[in-house]
Amino acid sequence: MLRVENLIKVFYPGSVNEKVALDCVSLELREGDFVTLIGGNGAGKSTLLNCVAGVYNVDHGSIFVDDVEITNLPEYKRAAFLGGVFQDPMMGTASNMGIEENLALAYRRGQRRGLRWGVTQKERELYYQQLKRLELGLEDRLDHKVGLLSGGQRQALTLLMATLKKPKVLLLDEHTAALDPKTARKVLEITDQLIEKNNLTTMMVTHNMRDAIKHGNRLIMMHEGRIILDINGEEKKRLTVEDLLDRFGRASGEEFANDRALLSS
Amino acid sequence: MLDILMGSVSLGLLWAVMTIGVFITYRVLDIADLTTEGSIAMGAAIAARGITMGLNPFLSTFLALLGGMAAGLATGLLHTRLKIPALLSGILTMIALWSVNLRIMGRANISLLRMNTVFTFLEKIGLQKTYASIILGFVFVGVLVVFLYWFFGTEIGSAIRATGNNPYMVRAQGINTDTTIILGLIISYGLIALSGALIAQNQSYSDIQMGTGSIVIGLASVIIGEVLFGSRNFMGRLISLVLGAITYRIIIALVLKLGMPANDLKLFTAITVALALSLPVFQKYLTPLKRSVKGVK
Ligand SMILES: Nc1ncnc2c1ncn2[C@@H]1O[C@H](COP(=O)(O)OP(=O)(O)OP(=O)(O)O)[C@@H](O)[C@H]1O
Ligand SMILES: [Mg+2]
Repeated sequence: MLRVENLIKVFYPGSVNEKVALDCVSLELREGDFVTLIGGNGAGKSTLLNCVAGVYNVDHGSIFVDDVEITNLPEYKRAAFLGGVFQDPMMGTASNMGIEENLALAYRRGQRRGLRWGVTQKERELYYQQLKRLELGLEDRLDHKVGLLSGGQRQALTLLMATLKKPKVLLLDEHTAALDPKTARKVLEITDQLIEKNNLTTMMVTHNMRDAIKHGNRLIMMHEGRIILDINGEEKKRLTVEDLLDRFGRASGEEFANDRALLSS
Repeated sequence: MLDILMGSVSLGLLWAVMTIGVFITYRVLDIADLTTEGSIAMGAAIAARGITMGLNPFLSTFLALLGGMAAGLATGLLHTRLKIPALLSGILTMIALWSVNLRIMGRANISLLRMNTVFTFLEKIGLQKTYASIILGFVFVGVLVVFLYWFFGTEIGSAIRATGNNPYMVRAQGINTDTTIILGLIISYGLIALSGALIAQNQSYSDIQMGTGSIVIGLASVIIGEVLFGSRNFMGRLISLVLGAITYRIIIALVLKLGMPANDLKLFTAITVALALSLPVFQKYLTPLKRSVKGVK
């Protein structure tokens, strides 16, 4: 589904600030894989997702979706294959526009846009049903401006937007990190629900080890721009936080350093 | 008094076309743009040249619209393809247009006195010039408001509106923001040039200096419209722009009537805009005040 080969990304090459954010990363996601991605601060998790999404160009390596190479496609062209939700709730939606208008923009992802009406009555029915499933009461506020929603509501909406048109790969980068614990749990629940319902291939970055263990069928850990652990199947199911910290120590020769991860695990 | 009012309405309607253009760059695309000055003069120049060459005035006005759209394309390409900041791209086009406009006119100004303008056919049937201009202005503005309401409701129009709001999100939905920005600029500049063409025919001359200060007039009209007639839905916003442009003209006519020297007009307009733009800052202090007043009730 998603194949990443020998990806290298260097920030500020040749300067004193040179930073190898991705150091030859290779990875293959099979159809229906739900990978949780964990790692210390600056491990390169966000950089990996951003390279796949086309926010950054890579310095070396290739990216394929369904065996179609997308390494050099501009961000907006890759959007046809990808859905994403990121940490900042402001980033995923247009705040001056209505809930239905945002959904309508997402519903046409990967399609040519023309002079047809931006939101049709038939779509409204679809949006109503989909929003209702989120149980956030958003279905009765279709024409409300997104700017009036709370961070959690916006993230839930962004999730729905990312999956409304089934993406080949769903990218989630700490999409619950800016939310309070209760809202974060709710949004994670919705995430699970949407992924399961649509059988989505997903890569989810989280800083919470428990979440990383609890969700998905596969867990990947990164450190200093490299993948150091890749656990799946039965092994993943039996994993505990202690195991994970222990295996991190052995693989990297260091203590796990992610303030947020340690605080929340 | 009625004369002043009618004069303001007729001018306001013609400037409303330009106000809507400014609104599209400034509010919809969220781009600070200075080309306005050049595009107004360009519209005037093309229309004046066309009319003096004996072209049909409506055709000349249409050519002015096309000319403005070409200027918008130029700024759009500078900004998106060559990655020049929007403000600077606009300034570059504005400067370039100065020379272009001089070439179009062949000299610094053209008189349209006793020429066949878009208003002539109405005057011929016995209408006074002011009323002819109100009727025609009303038709232009009406058609425009309906057209833009439709256009910004379509898929492409929605994408343009979203681009000014959150370009990251728009790209993530598979939309090329370069294209939406360029489209928005083309429409905006086209309208501003159209406005210039109408204004020139209304005042019976075109002048290379015509656009000077017009960006501030446009902003003032946008803001007056939003503050006094503000509305949530898009149709309401478009209409508020028209009312804003007319109100601006009425205010100017009144302060002139009250004896303010015409040379101080631009200072006055600049101060008005500065005040209006800083309204949110004052509102921060006003809202708690209002709330406490309501609480007492
Ligand atoms: N836009 C950028 N410009 C320069 N350096 C960057 C940029 N983005 C990331 N980096 C650097 O690349 C490295 C990897 O960063 P990245 O954001 O991918 O880490 P992360 O694994 O997502 O960490 P976190 O858990 O803190 O979000 C870091 O050292 C970071 O400083
Ligand atoms: Mg990160």
